[in-house]
Amino acid sequence: MTLLSVRNLCKNYGALEVTKDVSLDVAPGELHAIIGPNGAGKTTLIGQLSGQTAPDSGSVWLEGRDITRASMAQRVHLGLARSFQITSILPRFTVLENVALAVQARSGSSFRFFAPVVGERALNDAAMDALAEAGLEERARVRASALSHGEHRRLELAIALATEPRVLLLDEPLAGTGGEEAEAFIQRLRSLKGRFATVLIEHDMEAVFALADRISVLVYGQIIASGTPDMIRNDPKVRTAYLGDEEAA
Amino acid sequence: MSMTATDTPRRMPARIWLALAIFAAFAALPLFALATGDPFLLLIGTRILAYAIAAMALDLILGYGAMVSFGHAAYLGFGAYAVAILNSYGVTDLVLHILVAAAVSAIFALITGAISLRTRGVYFIMITLAFGQMAYFFFVSLSAYGGDDGTPLQSRSTLFGTDALENDLVMFYVALALLVALFAVATRIVGSRFGRVLIGTRENPVRMEAIGLAPFRYQLTAFVISGCMTSVAGVMLANQAEFVSPSFMNWHRSGELIVMVVLGGVGNLTGAIGGAVVALLLEDWLAVLTQHWKLLFGVFLILMVLYSPHGITGALERLTLRLKRGRK
Repeated sequence: MTLLSVRNLCKNYGALEVTKDVSLDVAPGELHAIIGPNGAGKTTLIGQLSGQTAPDSGSVWLEGRDITRASMAQRVHLGLARSFQITSILPRFTVLENVALAVQARSGSSFRFFAPVVGERALNDAAMDALAEAGLEERARVRASALSHGEHRRLELAIALATEPRVLLLDEPLAGTGGEEAEAFIQRLRSLKGRFATVLIEHDMEAVFALADRISVLVYGQIIASGTPDMIRNDPKVRTAYLGDEEAA
Repeated sequence: MSMTATDTPRRMPARIWLALAIFAAFAALPLFALATGDPFLLLIGTRILAYAIAAMALDLILGYGAMVSFGHAAYLGFGAYAVAILNSYGVTDLVLHILVAAAVSAIFALITGAISLRTRGVYFIMITLAFGQMAYFFFVSLSAYGGDDGTPLQSRSTLFGTDALENDLVMFYVALALLVALFAVATRIVGSRFGRVLIGTRENPVRMEAIGLAPFRYQLTAFVISGCMTSVAGVMLANQAEFVSPSFMNWHRSGELIVMVVLGGVGNLTGAIGGAVVALLLEDWLAVLTQHWKLLFGVFLILMVLYSPHGITGALERLTLRLKRGRK
């Protein structure tokens, strides 16, 4: 059974084929990593899955439902959430408010004009849970713009978690982090595994091979190989096209 | 660890205190008028109160939703003409005037907002300006009500069947009561679930989309609310002047509303009220000094923008911060 299914997706920017006949399936609870060199079209692919970018042809299905034409906001309500490669938050809101707004989006109407939202326990509690899972609960009351880069990455994750996704699209969650920060982030993603399906785009190969159930390799907009981490590690096509010969297995 | 103002829901923010101080000063104005024996003071006060309502309504979308409407004077016109037109049919009740003005404004805002919100930035400014001018020329061509010249009111609106509004003092306090009530409503709105979404669309529309909140519906709703509130100001302006004309809704007027909001400080409601007060008082004082008062006003605006880009409330905020630091 597949949860998210992509069929023959194509997208051109002028003469440049950024997505070339891409098909892939993600099973419930599975972590499917997409790797590939810079400019392979990974972010454009995530854009098409999340609804930010419209494909030229092909289709995206969520639980047997065609969502190719659904907007980004509609997809979130169907259970498809994303994080951004370049941190995209509400800088003047507190960390808690950033996450509480994501909780609000899925719980009850936002057309409530009079009751003060700061005092809504249910929103704040659910937001604190998401912050705890992302390892950011101690910074809940801080203005989001005051966070460090690594904390911004965690806030991205917390916001995505707060939408309670069934499929989570993570666009380079580790971008710009390193060392202990990255190590802790990988641990966090590992502990979340299985709760929802994940499509992970990541340059950090250590993270990818540690986390992924399946890996697809995207080169010039095309999937050249797809399989378990072991299969990908030993695939000669992948080794020459992407990993390089000296990459330790 | 740094804390922000939004984290202290129990304590009333400084901007609310400032607004209350302004309201108190207004409430005491009739005493001052009595002492100085200046009969025009109450009329000037009513005019300022009406503009304060309009500027605050504009701030609700400009400051909180990043929607710079350059056609908001249209709603002043709808309010004013609601009084004139209904009066000519013998419908004189103030509450009815306000309801009809708000209803017409809601329809106009819904249609023009839905179209304007397809655009962003400068294009939004230009398209709201165009719609505002359309409304303006509609009333210019309305010859039954004086066309370009406008028309005097037979009488002011009636208040619960009485002609109490004919008394300048009553009219002044009615305008003040409306400002206070609408300020309370607007304050609740910006602190509500809806308000948080609206502010979110100002901060980062793509992020809002990505958590499942498409900005359009929320922005349009705010646009409609703002239009309705502004029309209340128009109703009071017509009563204050006992005269309505298309000049109420000229694009200059829309620009003046924006100036008031920016001058006072964007995105805190109180600033817009303060901006209206300062702009109109300056206008009156400078006009006494010289007929070229607009030049002086322009210089003042430039100085404000240079030295206090966040307006009057921004300057006050910095001042209080400095005082607090000085005390430590």
